[in-house]
Amino acid sequence: MNGIQEPFADGASLLHRLDPRGKVAVAAVFAATVAVAKAVPAVLAGFLLSLVGLVLARLPLKQVIGRLLVANSFILFLWLVLPLTYPGEAEFALGPLSVSREGLILAGLITLKSNTLLIALIALVATIPVVTLGQALHMMRLPNKLCHLLLFTYRYLHVLEQEFYRLVQAMRIRGFQPRTNLHTYRSCAYLAAMLLVHSYDRADRVFQAMLCRGFHGIFYSLRTFSWHRRDGVFVVVAVLALAVVLYLEWGLPGVTVRPG
Amino acid sequence: MSEPLIELKNITFGYPRAAFPVFQDLNYQLLPGKHIGLIGPNGCGKTTLLHLIMGLLRPQAGRIVVFGQEVAKEKDFVQVRQKVGLLFQNADDQLFCPTVIEDVAFGPLNQGKRPAEAIRIARDTIARLGLEGFEERVTYKLSGGEKKLVALATVLAMQPQVLLLDEPTAGLDEPTKHRLIHVLRDLELTLMIVSHENEFLEHTVKECCHVHSNSCEAIPMEPRRKWF
Repeated sequence: MNGIQEPFADGASLLHRLDPRGKVAVAAVFAATVAVAKAVPAVLAGFLLSLVGLVLARLPLKQVIGRLLVANSFILFLWLVLPLTYPGEAEFALGPLSVSREGLILAGLITLKSNTLLIALIALVATIPVVTLGQALHMMRLPNKLCHLLLFTYRYLHVLEQEFYRLVQAMRIRGFQPRTNLHTYRSCAYLAAMLLVHSYDRADRVFQAMLCRGFHGIFYSLRTFSWHRRDGVFVVVAVLALAVVLYLEWGLPGVTVRPG
Repeated sequence: MSEPLIELKNITFGYPRAAFPVFQDLNYQLLPGKHIGLIGPNGCGKTTLLHLIMGLLRPQAGRIVVFGQEVAKEKDFVQVRQKVGLLFQNADDQLFCPTVIEDVAFGPLNQGKRPAEAIRIARDTIARLGLEGFEERVTYKLSGGEKKLVALATVLAMQPQVLLLDEPTAGLDEPTKHRLIHVLRDLELTLMIVSHENEFLEHTVKECCHVHSNSCEAIPMEPRRKWF
């Protein structure tokens, strides 16, 4: 059993020590800006900024790259589809298919954007333990239900994971080996169904236990965070850096930095 | 004789689609200050009895009277739960907050205590159970025995007058069982303990009741062996 891990949450770097509220706010604004940006220089600037964040967070590079590879394996499909289907000027031909220049640019832009967002979120949000993140979101006045959905999911994901492994072990000790046959499909379906039933029952019992302790639909938070000078500095620097990205994207009237 | 704290009158209860009802015309009284053990084979309705008292299940017939008040609706049971605590069989069902202190403070906060007051009560309760230093521990990372003790703390923090325990020793090692015995003995509460372990009951209760579908008869206990 390996448990659900938060490999990036432990650390003592500057980014780890910052107030989670500041980091979440900056991450949200940054993500929104990069997501809507269309100009290559703006996205490139965002990419550089996210790399700066990654360096500041001093995370194990190998694991970060591992995660990026997983996400980029999905983006690979875009490279297979977009250049061939996006209308535009033909850059070159692959047999009967023509590869459009616009398609290539778009695929490249999407790749750059996705990686920028991933790196920024790893540096800013993955460096917060999930529990703290939930409490920080609560402090930022996000809807109660959403915050608690996050915390409950996290809390019981571990329990469900254990239940899953227990069931899998119970199958294994009776000699179950997954093969490509009906028996395997049926057993896996039973496993999934049993996990669902267990989760439902568990949710029921948790709710009963909460009722027994006087729960009446309102959650109270005990957590307090302290906002330091360095958090203020971080937010100001982040805003200035974001201003550069915004300038590169929308620019001043008359100054076009758009490609093509 | 003093008034019973909890009274079940002619209770009939059956689970949906079950061949037989669990209880048929059951009568039972829990008197103040009693320490009662509930015993009986699996499926005889011990847990069901506790859940009926807490209002987690509703009887098909009969009346439940708690602290002299008849309780029937959810609103009534909200009051019951302020004074009667239930320790669940599985501590994982009970602990849902990220940290121990938050979980223990959950009940007091629901009772309308201010955060500072709730934290004070939580810390006191944690200390009373010898769990000092556990405040900031993450609940899902505790061991089975620690979870059980923390779950007990979450119930005791609400300062109940009656404590119902559903198989509190299930899965616990000997040292933790002994710790639990000491904690329960020091409580000045009315206790009702469901357990299959005679030895544990011998050390915690003065009287055992065998749960049947239509009665809950007291059976004499053998003189307690001196263990501690």
